Amino acid sequence: MDFSRISRRHLLQGGAALALGGTVGARTAQAAETTIGFIYVGSRDDYGYNQAHAQGAAALKKLSGIKVIEEEKVPETDAVEKTMESMINLDGSTLLFPTSFGYFNPHVVKVATKYPRIRFEHCGGLWTDKDPKNAGSYFGYIDEAQFISGIVAGYSTKSGKLGFVAAKPIPQVLRNINAFTLGAKLANPKAMTQVIFTGDWSMPVKEAEATNSLIDQGVDVLTCHVDGPKTMVENAAHRGAFVCGYHVNQSPLAPKAYLTGAEWNWEALYPKFVKMVTSGESIPNFYRGGLKEEIVKCSPYGGAVSAEARKHADDMKAKLVAGEYTIFKGPILDNKGKTVIASGVERGQKDPELEKMDYLIEGVLGATS
Amino acid sequence: MTTDTADSAEAIEAVGIAPAADPGFLQRYGATVEYVLIPGAALVGALATFGVFVTLYGKNPLDLYFYMYQGAFGTWFSWQNTLTRAAPLILTALCTALPAQLGMVIIGGEGALLIGALTATSAALAMQWAPPLVVQIAMVIAGVIGGGLWITLSGALRQYRGVNETISSLLLVYIALAILNHLVEGVMRDPASLNKPSTREIGAANMIGTIPGTDVHWGLVFGLVAAIASYILIYHTTFGFAARMAGGNIRAAKIVGLSVGKLIMTICFLAGACAGLAGMIEVAAVQGRTNANLAAGYGFTGILVAFLSRQNPLAVIPVAILLGGISASGGLLQRRLGLPDASVLVLQGIIFVFVLASDALYGRIGFLKGKS
Repeated sequence: MDFSRISRRHLLQGGAALALGGTVGARTAQAAETTIGFIYVGSRDDYGYNQAHAQGAAALKKLSGIKVIEEEKVPETDAVEKTMESMINLDGSTLLFPTSFGYFNPHVVKVATKYPRIRFEHCGGLWTDKDPKNAGSYFGYIDEAQFISGIVAGYSTKSGKLGFVAAKPIPQVLRNINAFTLGAKLANPKAMTQVIFTGDWSMPVKEAEATNSLIDQGVDVLTCHVDGPKTMVENAAHRGAFVCGYHVNQSPLAPKAYLTGAEWNWEALYPKFVKMVTSGESIPNFYRGGLKEEIVKCSPYGGAVSAEARKHADDMKAKLVAGEYTIFKGPILDNKGKTVIASGVERGQKDPELEKMDYLIEGVLGATS
Repeated sequence: MTTDTADSAEAIEAVGIAPAADPGFLQRYGATVEYVLIPGAALVGALATFGVFVTLYGKNPLDLYFYMYQGAFGTWFSWQNTLTRAAPLILTALCTALPAQLGMVIIGGEGALLIGALTATSAALAMQWAPPLVVQIAMVIAGVIGGGLWITLSGALRQYRGVNETISSLLLVYIALAILNHLVEGVMRDPASLNKPSTREIGAANMIGTIPGTDVHWGLVFGLVAAIASYILIYHTTFGFAARMAGGNIRAAKIVGLSVGKLIMTICFLAGACAGLAGMIEVAAVQGRTNANLAAGYGFTGILVAFLSRQNPLAVIPVAILLGGISASGGLLQRRLGLPDASVLVLQGIIFVFVLASDALYGRIGFLKGKS
């Protein structure tokens, strides 16, 4: 092997990348390839949060004139700052997707301030007016899809006991648990959701223990909100319970036990973003939506879902898409008996009060602290 | 096994150099040359083995070496990337290397780092009225004391209760993480940190910033100073001599009247102080507050650095830079070669095995003994 030839070729490539990195940003590089960098906090085949983003990245790879580069397992430290800078300086990326929630502050903010001509799209919905204009943060109202899962779960349970394996009692997670429970109660007013918090986003051992413990208590339909639902799905299916998935479609892991699931629809959103960038439009810094905006979706129904459940779920889905239904509509009591949403109050998806949710509603067994 | 062939290849290469060397020189510096040559050969052997691994994966190993070089040391940006990643590793490695002088295996640097970050953040939040320099000094002191006491716990458990310090320091990591999560999600939580429980920010003015002209934060300088100071302490003071003697033979040390308990406590405190300082720097130079992001595994990588340095505080510096470089180039390997993230861990593992195996070579390479 002629080493000198190879290194010369690489030097040329490197030089070209540097030159590209130096000249892009004026958004004039339509002729050349646009390089887009994706950064994941876990592995991109985790059947969960990171895989959902990787599927979005895969959708971009199919577009012409787009080059996608990816890096996985990047921690939420200055390592991600260096990864972003490396993608800009060494690979000539002009659009970056740092996808983990904890990347935004301070890391994305810091790097976006330093590279004002590079566009940053962060997942989490954290952007405020104080943050750099070239950094955006998008997120989806996935509780809508959890609500639909809840309806299906409510029809499918025999014991009336549903299980929820959750990471931390933070607003996003609580909102999913509550929406799931509201959906279940719509289908089966006696349904109860038992929650177990594992304490962190990726705790496979605790997730397996929680799953087993819930099933031991009579729970027969489970869902979750952790980074990788694989553990819960496989264990629950093995024990003979039904599951509703989360993040991506986990039906390949448990074809018979899988009812439906709340999925991200990044493969629909990311091409939209890229189209906006290549056509010279700017992506809104704060971008949100639910089923209607195609940012989230529901997994196709599994074979075990009854016709009645399908019909009810499809009806509610249509209402949500049409904007005719509000999930968080008063009166709603928390599970200690306190009124959290008063009678007559409708909290629509964009209501900032929902972002601060710190309660579990009536019908949920569990505590936030 | 490829291991054997690579090693013997190195040995042959080493013998090839021998005739040029002056025996007098070798007699004087043979041991030092050994300390450079053997780990160097182990490293080359490990890289060669990793090249074979990558070839089996269907990638060109020459591409691999080129990208590793480019990602770690090829450009000024890469150098800064490498040094930034090396900075916390120097300090956490000292947390293992210092107790090793006493024959203790402490692997709980991660816990001391977390506690140091917590105490430093607490100090900064309690002193928001003070000028930045005062806050920063208070953070250093708090981080050092917090981390120091944490590892002293392991030392005390061993000295007074006979608990194995390796196990106790490891278990203390999980306790530290639980304490951190409990406080960050409880009393110390910033109510505005809705979906990412964190403490309040220490304030932009109190951040320690970067070394002028670079992107590398001051943590690197803290690390270099701590490593050099540790080296002087261990090899050029009577305290260090006493520590090494107790490490060599604890009974002999007791017979000559050394206070072994005091040595253990002091060294454990210093070790924990280094890791605590690393935690303080992560807060004051990078994160600006404490949250679960701090548990990024620097403490665990530090163990690897310490062992690769053969527990020599000075050798910790180049080894930390080497591992920083490997982690800096890991991204490029993923992006350009499509290798999975775990490939960097495979390389680290191979290096670890080679360096440990090369221990057997010390004193056995004939020409280095400088026979007269």
